[in-house]
Amino acid sequence: MREPVRFLRRVAVAAAIACTAPILAAPLPAFAAETPVKGGTLTAIIQPEPPLLVMGLNQQAPTQTVAGKIYESLLTYNFDLSPRPSLAKAWDISADGLTYTFHLQTGVTWHDGQPFSAEDVLFSFKTFLPETHPRARALFGRAESIEAPDANTVVIKLKEPFPAFLQAFEVSTTPIMPKHIYEGTDFRANPKNATPIGTGPFMFDTWEKGSFIHLVANPHYWQAGKPYLKDIYFKIIPDAASRALALENGDVMQSQYNDIEPFDVARLAKLPNLTMTKKGYEFVAPVSWLELNTRVAPLDDKRFRQAMMYALDRKFVRDKIWFGLGRIATGPINSVTKYYDGDVKTYDYDPKKAIQLLDEMGLKPGADGVRATVKFMPLPYGETWQRLGEYVKQAMGKVGVKVELESTDAAGWGKREGNWDFDITSNFLYQYADPSIGVSRTYISSNIRKGVMFSNTMGYSNPEVDKLFEAAAKENDPKLRQEDYSKLQKLIVEDVPVAWLLEMEFPTLLNTRVHDAITTAIGVNETYADAWVSPK
Amino acid sequence: MPQMLRFLFSRLTKAIVVLGVVVVLNFTLIHAAPGDPATVMAGEAGAADQMFVDQLRKQFGLDQPLYVQLGTYVGHILQGDLGYSVRQQRPVVDLLLDRLPATVALTMSAFVLALAGGIAMGLLAAVNVGKWSDSVITVLALLSYATPIYWVGLMLVLVFSVNLGWLPAFGYESIGAGKAGLERFADILEHMALPVVTLGLFYMAVYTRLTRASALEVSSMDFVKTARAKGQSEWKIVTRHVLRNAILPVLTVAGVQAGQLVGGSILVETVFAWPGLGRLTFDAVLQRDYQVLLGVFFVTSVLVIVFNIITDLLYVLIDPRVEIA
Repeated sequence: MREPVRFLRRVAVAAAIACTAPILAAPLPAFAAETPVKGGTLTAIIQPEPPLLVMGLNQQAPTQTVAGKIYESLLTYNFDLSPRPSLAKAWDISADGLTYTFHLQTGVTWHDGQPFSAEDVLFSFKTFLPETHPRARALFGRAESIEAPDANTVVIKLKEPFPAFLQAFEVSTTPIMPKHIYEGTDFRANPKNATPIGTGPFMFDTWEKGSFIHLVANPHYWQAGKPYLKDIYFKIIPDAASRALALENGDVMQSQYNDIEPFDVARLAKLPNLTMTKKGYEFVAPVSWLELNTRVAPLDDKRFRQAMMYALDRKFVRDKIWFGLGRIATGPINSVTKYYDGDVKTYDYDPKKAIQLLDEMGLKPGADGVRATVKFMPLPYGETWQRLGEYVKQAMGKVGVKVELESTDAAGWGKREGNWDFDITSNFLYQYADPSIGVSRTYISSNIRKGVMFSNTMGYSNPEVDKLFEAAAKENDPKLRQEDYSKLQKLIVEDVPVAWLLEMEFPTLLNTRVHDAITTAIGVNETYADAWVSPK
Repeated sequence: MPQMLRFLFSRLTKAIVVLGVVVVLNFTLIHAAPGDPATVMAGEAGAADQMFVDQLRKQFGLDQPLYVQLGTYVGHILQGDLGYSVRQQRPVVDLLLDRLPATVALTMSAFVLALAGGIAMGLLAAVNVGKWSDSVITVLALLSYATPIYWVGLMLVLVFSVNLGWLPAFGYESIGAGKAGLERFADILEHMALPVVTLGLFYMAVYTRLTRASALEVSSMDFVKTARAKGQSEWKIVTRHVLRNAILPVLTVAGVQAGQLVGGSILVETVFAWPGLGRLTFDAVLQRDYQVLLGVFFVTSVLVIVFNIITDLLYVLIDPRVEIA
């Protein structure tokens, strides 16, 4: 009975191939449209509404997406995290790894017409950013001197080698701020903050609070002929279902990060007018985890933390809670971040092993089947993280560990996380391309600082790990550096100071009319000088 | 008239006392919530050190003891200054005024629609009590009252914007269309249709049920029978005798609601991306933007008090038996 069907199917396939063959053979006229078209308007979702657009003062994710079009830094980064020119057209590093020389682009002006020069870079690196920006403050604290031998050259001398320094010249880390506007003023209270001025391809035009932000093309942009877009509208759409609808009916052409709920992503990606890419998040490359307070019993016992790793089915978490977005993390370093090494102890889903470890610890189930009770405060960032909390409660319940969920909002969570006032919480941190910038801060014992969020809040301390992180940060030879990082990844994975979940992936949904938007490792935060929109 | 003046004077004195208590109470409550704007901003930045948080606290004035902060705030209020949102880098008054037109356009239209529609439907149901039109109205009112408001909004968007393509799904006006004058007005009206209906339906249901119940109660009273006995037309009976007596409870509820009009509606504003005060308030709660929150609470309290006084005065106009005291 099956034979006729199979035959028919074969005929249908043959017919289909026969029909498409001539089309494939003919030159594709569609490619002619791939030359950029000038004058398009891009509309994108922005959510939540940023508090202000001055990159040097605020680096919230939505701020970066909008202000990344207005401001620029010295460099930007390819998908493989290798640097490429932005305001610096060339750079060299001395053999001892101590001197970084940047040669700046010429003919660059600020949006108000004032010329840009090395003086602005000096002002930003020595005065503005160390005052306002925690990440930049840490980076430039490593500098012995920052000087400008001429108007187009900047020379930075470091106190000791720090090879990750070259990853620091991305726009959210080191945005170049205009000296002529900020020098001698109170940066945060400067009235010009309402109308940001940068060197980027787009200039600030209007901001209807609660509604939209409008940027227009900079006619004097230093890359002649760019940008291709005439203007960009960022629309503030607070409801996730409404955002999905807006993409669907073409009201907006771009969404990024968590704009679209994971359960909606697959459906939208299949629509004929939309495409989806997960590229463009290599620079931030977050890893999500359960933060385990190692000061609290039974979390102070390594075996309990390892048992958690075995008890959680992270494939389930990825497929059923994040709907396939993400890769299962092997350890502290994201596989797209530099110096990742996957050769570490693995924790495959194995509740029996978890039970064995708990038994070994002497945590026997009581009359009600409960071995221990821990509290879990999920990250208050929406439904998905809530689901994770419910799953953890269920999965740990299966091995006899009772999990009590605690609810908070963003402000309450921040206060409690920073002050170690939790047993378990969920969290994710950006890695910023290099482990010595974005990874070490979570695991080194010198970063156990009460009251500071995103520090080593678990209270994890392993002197060997500390030593290796310190040595790797200074090591100029990439091979030796890799050795240090490989060693410390093995150590940390054995200790389980946090229970790693996923190397997070974010979907960027784009209307098929949008071209050349995602071209670098900073994705939607790129300047969009190359982006263009084809006519309807 | 001296009675009227005395009434107003006593109500206003009470109002000032109430406002004072409201300000102090709000201030204390808001500061009792865990975390502060500096924590929120540090969290959003994804990186923080002690210096960063300290700088923000200083900028927000949070490094001062709480009673000093309260004193400063009350001092500002007395001078008619609602404060400054450090987070948004703007005076609170500006932030509120920015959102006011969109808020009032939405809530006022919904309020009028709900009140007019609700009273008409309620009366219609009461007059036809037990007939099919009464059943239809009652069922519809019950449905609109019981259905979650955001779901109604999303369904309306699905039907009228996604499937039929008649109305815009969200926003206050077409962005970047460069419309002006009448054209812009028509554009805003188009954008208002769905949110106004969504918000209006819920309240309309409330007024419908209230009017129906109240009218039924009144229509069995002796003076209605008398009117009918003396041969007055049914229309006059309903409008002059029944409605005028039945409307008092409706008015009470409407008066309370009118005071909250400026507060906006968080759910409807969120679903329709409407740039109103409800969303500003909601965001301010999450961001612990104390000054903005206190500003919204203050303005809403003032309006509730004002509308309560107006409602009391309206009673006298509609029902001469009611006296002000």
